[in-house]
Amino acid sequence: MFRYVTYRTLKSLPTLLALAVITFFMMRVAPGGPFSSNRRVPKEVRLNIENAYHLHDPIWEQFWRWFWGVLHFDFGPSFKYRDYTVSELIAHGFPTSLEVGLWAMFISTVLGLILGIAGALRRNGPIDYTAGAIAMVGLAIPIYVIGPIGQIVLGLHLQWLPIAGWDGTWPYKVMPILTLSLPNIAYVSRLMRGSMIETVRTNYVRTARAKGIGERKTILKHAMKGAIMPVVAYLGPATAITVTGSIVVETIFGIPGIGRYFVDGAISRDYPLVMGVTVLYGAIIILANLLTDIVRGILDPKVSYE
Amino acid sequence: MSDLTVPPPLGLPGEPAEEIPVGLSPFRASLRRFGKNHLAVVSIVILVLIALACFFGPMLYPEDAELGDFDNISAPIDLFSIHPFGTDEQGRDLLYRVLTGGRLSLTLGFFGALVSVFISIAYGSTAGYLGGRVDDVMMRTVDILLALPFIFLAILIKIVLQDSGLHVFGIAFDGPEASVFVAVVVTLWLTPAVIARGQAVTLRSREFIEAARAGGMSQFQIITQHIMPNSVNVVVVYSSLLVLEAILTESFLSFLGLGVQPPDASWGSLINDGAGKIDSDPRLLILPSAFLAAVLFCLNYITDGLRDAFDPNER
Repeated sequence: MFRYVTYRTLKSLPTLLALAVITFFMMRVAPGGPFSSNRRVPKEVRLNIENAYHLHDPIWEQFWRWFWGVLHFDFGPSFKYRDYTVSELIAHGFPTSLEVGLWAMFISTVLGLILGIAGALRRNGPIDYTAGAIAMVGLAIPIYVIGPIGQIVLGLHLQWLPIAGWDGTWPYKVMPILTLSLPNIAYVSRLMRGSMIETVRTNYVRTARAKGIGERKTILKHAMKGAIMPVVAYLGPATAITVTGSIVVETIFGIPGIGRYFVDGAISRDYPLVMGVTVLYGAIIILANLLTDIVRGILDPKVSYE
Repeated sequence: MSDLTVPPPLGLPGEPAEEIPVGLSPFRASLRRFGKNHLAVVSIVILVLIALACFFGPMLYPEDAELGDFDNISAPIDLFSIHPFGTDEQGRDLLYRVLTGGRLSLTLGFFGALVSVFISIAYGSTAGYLGGRVDDVMMRTVDILLALPFIFLAILIKIVLQDSGLHVFGIAFDGPEASVFVAVVVTLWLTPAVIARGQAVTLRSREFIEAARAGGMSQFQIITQHIMPNSVNVVVVYSSLLVLEAILTESFLSFLGLGVQPPDASWGSLINDGAGKIDSDPRLLILPSAFLAAVLFCLNYITDGLRDAFDPNER
């Protein structure tokens, strides 16, 4: 087990490094340094400033210096939001993004599991068809279509929820969280339905039934253990979808999270900000995949520790 | 059942027996199987109709259609007027905008997928055929890239490329469309490359490849003339999914304001425009969304149909 965890961890290190290297060198090929502004500056002054920021050092030293900073959560100053460092912007937006993201992950897993199990146990019943319809919409229609349509229906016509905005209270959270969780509800429910249908046909579930422990216990205690594995394996990709989706949702609903800063930064060419968020979110996704692998290794005896 | 029934041919239990006439090539057999999937066939028809409308529909409009009709600003939907779906707040015909937007979205989607397929087959075939250390290095690189959060890197690639003023062979890669195109391709080619490589590995040990080698073909010739053509069929199953993902990536970037720039429009950017005006005019959102959703639904069903018909693992 220990070897497996170490191996998986070591395997994700090159990916993290590649993320940092690609991001850094993309930034370097971008034209115009931070100090090539419109204002004419004497050459000596510009050279002095550039030297102060080590722009004339060998490129590997520059990379190392930046990378060392990144390891300490120091992503440099933001170009667009003057007087702020990228780390300060991230620290400001991250709690909100994290809250929305975690709720979306939680709801999509729980709701997806319930819909999937219910659909599998009552195949071709009303619940199964409803779950199937939700899944089809969630899989085929991107959230930047679903979000605004939700705003029209729930916000404008029914007036149940505010259209956009954020003050940290629940009415403002409901629509963004539901929108963000819809694609994963769809995926999880499909996965769970398929694997539960297969699992209830297996011999060990038949044995459990034959023992007479009751349908409820058979499904929840026995079938569940085997059937949930594909969903566990999906948690990594689900995190990636949620993180990507949060950019869209924060833009649509005007939530002051990192996604908003990221999009604004990308439009106004705020490279340090874009790099910082890319590295941070990339690392989160890679770590989520690592954790998923480790959890799978612990739960699933079929995973070989190689 | 009576005793006289002929035992069903081998196949998955519970599936109706398939009657494949003798002498039908596997490809024709797959095509016939695909033809029986009505949902997929209908999807193809709808998709072709939408594509035809997007490419030829705008030609029915006068040449200055994109300038706007200032006598009919925010005209309502009236199917029998010159603006069947009305106009936006600048008097531009909505249907015209959505159709030209669709032209851009569909073109980027199809060509993005096409180029990704080509790159992935070339890359995967080379890695799979050469094998050994080259294969290790090439596929390890793909593994690492696959684990990266590609939508973020696509955004980074897109903005860096657009600022770079890069021109290669007279093609300007710094335009909004070209940079989106590159970002889409860079995001998409990885997974089919893995599939193509798997096919190349199995092909490598086949007799006809050995014969080609014995006949004195160079490695380059074998890869381009034998391995690559024979890897196409496995990737084709995947290609409609690539079109889908290419359209999604493009509209994602355009929705965020990082893709196609005004006055040009794609479905993504039109949805973005519309999302900002839902309280004044929901049509601006609903019309491009409906077209995008229809195309995505169709591509989903076509992908399912292709996989059922062509993927040998599914049979």
